[in-house]
Amino acid sequence: MIIAQQKNIQDIAAMVGDCKKVLLAGCGGCVTVCLSGGEKETEILAAALRLMKKQAGQPLATVTYTATRQCEPEFIPPMDELVRDVDAVISLACGVGVQYLAERYKDKWIVPAMDTMFAGGATGFGSWEEKCGLCGDCVLHRTGGICPVIRCSKSIMNGPCGGSQHGKCEISKEVDCAWQLIYDRMKALGRLSELTVIQPPKDWSKARDGGPRRILREDLIKG
Amino acid sequence: MKYLSKLQKMLDSGHFAVTAEIGPPKHAGAHSIRHHAQLLKNHVDATNITDSQTAIVRLSSIASGVHILDCGIEPIVQMTVRDRNRIAIQADLLGAYSLGMRNLLCLSGDHQQFGNHPTSKNVFDIDSMQLIYLMSRMRDEKKFFCGEEIKEYEPRFFIGAVANPFADPFEYRVDRLEKKIEAGAQFIQTQCIFDMERFERFMEMVRARGLDQRAHILAGVTPLKSWRAAKYIQTGVSGMIVPDSLVERLKNAADPKKEGIKVCIEQIKHIRENIKGIHGVHVMAIAWEEVVPEIVEKAGLYPRPQVEFNPEEND
Ligand code: SF4
Ligand code: SF4
Repeated sequence: MIIAQQKNIQDIAAMVGDCKKVLLAGCGGCVTVCLSGGEKETEILAAALRLMKKQAGQPLATVTYTATRQCEPEFIPPMDELVRDVDAVISLACGVGVQYLAERYKDKWIVPAMDTMFAGGATGFGSWEEKCGLCGDCVLHRTGGICPVIRCSKSIMNGPCGGSQHGKCEISKEVDCAWQLIYDRMKALGRLSELTVIQPPKDWSKARDGGPRRILREDLIKG
Repeated sequence: MKYLSKLQKMLDSGHFAVTAEIGPPKHAGAHSIRHHAQLLKNHVDATNITDSQTAIVRLSSIASGVHILDCGIEPIVQMTVRDRNRIAIQADLLGAYSLGMRNLLCLSGDHQQFGNHPTSKNVFDIDSMQLIYLMSRMRDEKKFFCGEEIKEYEPRFFIGAVANPFADPFEYRVDRLEKKIEAGAQFIQTQCIFDMERFERFMEMVRARGLDQRAHILAGVTPLKSWRAAKYIQTGVSGMIVPDSLVERLKNAADPKKEGIKVCIEQIKHIRENIKGIHGVHVMAIAWEEVVPEIVEKAGLYPRPQVEFNPEEND
């Protein structure tokens, strides 16, 4: 899923500095699961903003609404009424949700409350990690199910580099070296010889480097 | 036999080569590069020029190479894959060759978070293995990285790579060296050796697979200025091993700098006399280039054999 975290509240307040009334729009998708932009977090942020603005002598009225998912346009119209009489909408969805709101409410000031971080999962309560760089050309079958694109700090396809030590990446003792993990797993699977093959340069045109990506499924379009 | 560079000729003729490293400055003045080149000129066979080492912006390795060549030393241009995509790498290397560079060392490069622009984008379009392969294919098959034909004047570099026997997983380091040689690496410079015992184990495996017969391996050595420097490398640099005994030796020395030089000379002698399969040394005197002549002399590697090479030979 997509992992996002809230921006700091001063920055969020500054984005709606001239507003009297705002809608805080939560999302019931990924950000609910990663505990950053669901219904509960939306209420907490609304209360915190009200308090902050009140103390600053510029009271702010808030309404809240949590969509099933902001990343699917069909879940957005139910907030039309609420959007009509606010000065701005603060979205607690990932960047996808914020953009769908901005597309639908063309004359409204729509701002992000979140920094959308990565595609990954939870490693324990309160900790998440990145797993996939959405490169559009998956190589996990060649690397023992461990992603070198995003989990290696240098996206090396023929690793590990000379900075790998004690299982950790050269950038930090807190970061596992993806290539140590790949090596260990391929060894355990008896497939080490596969790592001796020189992996060719990646086709990054399938990643964001090729421009905004789209998928057209003829079978579904015609069907 | 035509050689790609003087360094290749030297190594192929069986001489024990000496290379050193010159770190370009953090400004646009060439005097320090030229000064160091003059200083090292008669004592080394070629000098590496680092490519914004530790991701700190410095005068470019190719431009530095022009100055070094002009001072009469053959440069080894270092090219990392950290800062340039495949278009920029090829363009720069075509340029480097046109300016007379003949040796190329392909590296990943230190992650930019260590440098003075930690907020920069990290490129890593290709990796060092792919760079070695694509540059040797460019020379041997006259092809750009994309496969398109180079009609004329393909760059013909003597291609090198690095190996780090001190990084993990240890057993895989020899596999990866072999992979680099398969990819086209003709010479190898190792990471700075401080843990001689581990290096010897590494070389045993290298010889067992005959890799020393397939590429020229140059052992990397670094004179240390102080025990603090040793301690820093031991604890602060990933992929390096410094034994405690070396830290202690420098700590107890009356003149640590002299001791550091002495250690380095002992290492070179040891490597040359006792470790088979090593074809030269690469002296990385980091920000201390001026001690290289003394080290080379006292290690018994001076005067350098005279090898004639004309870079135009191939054109
Ligand atoms: S190889 Fe690409 S698609 Fe596969 S996990 Fe890594 S980034 Fe994701
Ligand atoms: S240490 Fe490992 S994870 Fe880090 S850049 Fe090198 S190969 Fe990649």
